[in-house]
Amino acid sequence: MRTPLQRFRIPTRFRPVGLLPFFSFVALFLLWPAVSLFRLALQPTKNSEISAIHEAITGQYLESFIYTIKLSLLTALLGVLFGSLLAASVLRIQRPKWFRHFMTSFTGVAANLGGIPLAFAFIAALGTQGLITKLIDSFGINLADTGFRISNFAGITIVYLYFQIPLMFLIMVPAFDGLRATWAESAASLGAAPWQYWRHIGLPLLTPALLGGFLLLFSNAFSAYATAYALSSGGARLVPVQIRFFLQGNTITGKDNLGYALAAWMIIIMFITMTGYLIIRRRAEKWQQ
Amino acid sequence: MSALEFINVSKNFGGVQALEGFGLALAQGELVTLLGPSGCGKTTALRIAAGFETSDSGSIVVNSTDIAARPAHQRHMGMVFQSYSLFPHLNVRDNVSFGLRVRGIHSDERRKRAEEMLDLVRLSDLGHRMPHQISGGQQQRVALARALATEPHVLLLDEPLSALDAKIRVEVRDEIRRLNRDLGVTTLFVTHDQDEAMSISDRICVMNNGVIEQVGSPRDVYNNPSSSFVAHFVGSINTLHKGNTRILIRPENLVLTTHDENAQWRGVITDITFVGAFTKISLRLENDDTPISVLAISAQIDNSITIGLNIGINEAAQ
Repeated sequence: MRTPLQRFRIPTRFRPVGLLPFFSFVALFLLWPAVSLFRLALQPTKNSEISAIHEAITGQYLESFIYTIKLSLLTALLGVLFGSLLAASVLRIQRPKWFRHFMTSFTGVAANLGGIPLAFAFIAALGTQGLITKLIDSFGINLADTGFRISNFAGITIVYLYFQIPLMFLIMVPAFDGLRATWAESAASLGAAPWQYWRHIGLPLLTPALLGGFLLLFSNAFSAYATAYALSSGGARLVPVQIRFFLQGNTITGKDNLGYALAAWMIIIMFITMTGYLIIRRRAEKWQQ
Repeated sequence: MSALEFINVSKNFGGVQALEGFGLALAQGELVTLLGPSGCGKTTALRIAAGFETSDSGSIVVNSTDIAARPAHQRHMGMVFQSYSLFPHLNVRDNVSFGLRVRGIHSDERRKRAEEMLDLVRLSDLGHRMPHQISGGQQQRVALARALATEPHVLLLDEPLSALDAKIRVEVRDEIRRLNRDLGVTTLFVTHDQDEAMSISDRICVMNNGVIEQVGSPRDVYNNPSSSFVAHFVGSINTLHKGNTRILIRPENLVLTTHDENAQWRGVITDITFVGAFTKISLRLENDDTPISVLAISAQIDNSITIGLNIGINEAAQ
């Protein structure tokens, strides 16, 4: 006699059917667009010998990629550094108890606040007529004279940090929490000074979270679009903003597939980053149980 | 000279007196157990010795030196926790040799010493495994090897058996006792389990509400409890009246009798629990309904002993 569980179980040969909706979704919304994107990207543009995907890494487009990668790397590095330090210091504060909840809620909101509202908040604060710009001006310092613009590299970096640091904070709080007090105590009783504990135990255990966080922050900055677009009124040299020109048809005729090629390169870079992230997670999961 | 001595140590946690005037001296190579209910201060005493907590007053003396002001990493104590606390990213061998690594000892020497220690806890073929790949009992033995690898002044054990299941618990307990004897390492063991304390200790220090109730050999604490608390906490005990005097008698020091009309007490059997070699018989006294229990050798209990039987109870001849 079959048990009730066996009676209601789907026979093995029909089991893949249950995955059909998932695979249909992946095929329709991920694979098909990606394949057609790459197909178009591999074709040459008008009056060109080389394929669009090749042309997309030459001249001004190459510069765009370098600019975007530099911005993403810098904001990811600073985000990792300050986000981790912030998490470490907030966790050291035991009382008042509400403080930690407040910080978690605040950073939760900040990490997800991006796009046009964030850009305008910063324009209102640090733009040429911004509140802080005017305030600094009243002390006799002209922000514009220092070369700072909210729309240039330094400006965009500061705005990006507004969501990068809170995102890293949110990643690091559980990671720091995961460090058991008895590991530090064991290390101390074995003769390890605090710096030796961090060198041999604390940091190695936090490395997956730090590296994973870095890659996540990198892709977060790399794919950000609306914030930079609004800050620079469309003038930024970021790859996502460049793709927009092609989407709008705001370009030389016959160069349409260059837009596809830029998008294809973005997919490649994101794929590499996320693969790295997954490898790190997988390695960490081995002992994080 | 004591290997470890607590002198008049007190500790208050936000209004709760965790330890008060705590004084205890451990002789070289001795295994002393701090036994008591949770919140009695036993773990606090251990953590103060390890340097994880600071005492409000008093001294911690190791080999004639007061170490109360030293940070934990300069105290040279071996510590084992209930939760094993092996470093999860290091394999068994690297866990064991960690203390030598931070002392700057050469890797060949470290490796040799780790192998020796693993040999000692009979895990020599598991050196390459990661902590999550071995069982709880094995992890705790690795933690012991790790704590002993640096030849600490004192081995501190904080409920090291509590997370293990019954059979493994006995194995690891015997392992601890063997290591203590073979290596002659002074050991302070914290537990709330009286059986554990009885079977492992040279001396037991029974604690309650931050103060010491009694210090003595397991036999001494069991047979001559200094207070009602000790008598009740260590082993089970019956409260009976002989005339106007209240007396405390262990269940194994009472015998049942079916034919003695002049038995000291009479009671009705309410339950019979067979526990292998012994049988625990629960009764209610005839005159005042006090519940008591008698521990009898199973072989001496025949079928005539049944629930509901009115039976005589005598104090066993000593």
